[in-house]
Amino acid sequence: MSELEISGVSRVFPGANGRPPVTALHPTDLKVARNDFVTILGPSGCGKSTLLRIVAGLDTPTTGAVVAAGKEVTGPGVDRGMVFQSYTLFPWLTVRDNIAFGLREKRMGEKEKWEIVDSYIDKVGLKGFESHWPKQLSGGMQQRTAIARALANDPRILLLDEPFGALDNQTRGLMQELLLGIWEREQKTVLFVTHDIEEAVFMASRVVTMTARPGRIKSVTPVDLPHPRHYTIKASPEFSELRRKLTEEIRAEAIAAATQT
Amino acid sequence: MQPLEPIARRSRLLLGILFFVLFFSAWGIATFGGFVSPTFLADPATMLKDGIYLLTHQDFLVDIGVTIWRVVGGFVMAAAVGVPLGIAMGAYKPVEALLEPFVSFARYLPASAFVPLLILWAGIGELQKLLVIFIGSVFQIILMVAVCVAATRRDLVEAAYTLGADNSGIVRRVLIPANAPDIAETLRLVLGWAWTYVIVAELIGASSGIGYMIINSQALMATGQIIFGIIVIGLIGLVSDLAFKALNRRLFAWRLA
Ligand SMILES: Nc1ncnc2c1ncn2[C@@H]1O[C@H](COP(=O)(O)OP(=O)(O)OP(=O)(O)O)[C@@H](O)[C@H]1O
Ligand SMILES: [Mg+2]
Repeated sequence: MSELEISGVSRVFPGANGRPPVTALHPTDLKVARNDFVTILGPSGCGKSTLLRIVAGLDTPTTGAVVAAGKEVTGPGVDRGMVFQSYTLFPWLTVRDNIAFGLREKRMGEKEKWEIVDSYIDKVGLKGFESHWPKQLSGGMQQRTAIARALANDPRILLLDEPFGALDNQTRGLMQELLLGIWEREQKTVLFVTHDIEEAVFMASRVVTMTARPGRIKSVTPVDLPHPRHYTIKASPEFSELRRKLTEEIRAEAIAAATQT
Repeated sequence: MQPLEPIARRSRLLLGILFFVLFFSAWGIATFGGFVSPTFLADPATMLKDGIYLLTHQDFLVDIGVTIWRVVGGFVMAAAVGVPLGIAMGAYKPVEALLEPFVSFARYLPASAFVPLLILWAGIGELQKLLVIFIGSVFQIILMVAVCVAATRRDLVEAAYTLGADNSGIVRRVLIPANAPDIAETLRLVLGWAWTYVIVAELIGASSGIGYMIINSQALMATGQIIFGIIVIGLIGLVSDLAFKALNRRLFAWRLA
């Protein structure tokens, strides 16, 4: 049985002030197996965030349904952790307290809680910044904290919406390795949205591409590169071939998106 | 000058003091120079002399204490009622729909106009003074707190939901801490306004307080005393404002970090 099953999910936003309604997402089907790492690749505005928000339970689909871990999604839940496209750390909490947010909500014992928090601070390389406030962190550190905050809750499914979109190339590369390393060690079902082709291939066991708005799934490409992956794999012929194929596919959609009114 | 460019602490302090110096110089020139009759405006020296007389012979310190207690008492009552109601109104739309129209209406009712009514209802005791300040402050607090709570960043609320917070968790762990600095700032502003209400309350039907002293001095044409009273209010306001700001900075260091 799949861990996550998206069936016939579409989303139409009602038009405000007499404007026509916006179809953000055409009916979409997607099955994600346990511990699969699926990246969703598509041009800006194709409904990637919308799809992810529906899976997270933050938005309701116009048609269709999402079944996560055997239960139909009716709202947000701890079984689905999310890392947002924008920086969403709680500015009044330190790095440590941000990561502990979900565990505190679960009323976990103090000792166990701080053990988990500290282990994730370690894993995302934030040692020495535990007592900093989000404002004092760089963008990359903030997203690392956000990832740690989501992971500390031990969700069955991790949803990431362009988590590295605002970062520079170098930092982004390091963050990809960091997240992939954690996934290789801990195994999780991951849905990772991006518009960066290289990132999509490097992280994924499967790349899902979407069409320009209104989005629907265009293709699903398995990525059979071996694990653990090292950044040097980006220079391999297999990688280049996948990138070439996906670039081709996405290009047509990007043009469609750019010329859309 | 470059817009929004911060300046050094020292220059900031000096410039702040400079304006006080300018203000008092202008006053001194106007009075000592004989441009204004002493009947209407006492000079700074007379004002100081009158002030010392008030403090040493008229128990003015007691008046100051009474006034401070009234302001603080009425203000604390208003905050105790207004902050929770404001949070409830900002967080829950049905509460907002229920209260918002009334509060917006009540906020424009002038607190000073209630003085005669409150004297009828509550006599001329302390309760009446506290109620004037309460009425003047509580609706402002409710509305301003509600507005800032309602404007909480939506993505933070959503993040908290995905981390397993329930509805009450959202209020306790997101809406309140996220807006605590703005709520404190609201209270600081309203405390300033509360000072104007207390003086009005003391002008009528009071037998103690700074306002009472001022209305008494008017009968005696003692403009020096009146001005001293006004300046004392200003000074207390300044000190409480600075204390409030310092407290906010300490409590909400994350904002400034
Ligand atoms: N709340 C909303 N109300 C109306 N329209 C919306 C709303 N949210 C999204 N849309 C529209 O739905 C479409 C898809 O938006 P979405 O945010 O899912 O795109 P995206 O693929 O995540 O884009 P990007 O890569 O730029 O983040 C857009 O055209 C957007 O204008
Ligand atoms: Mg998006």
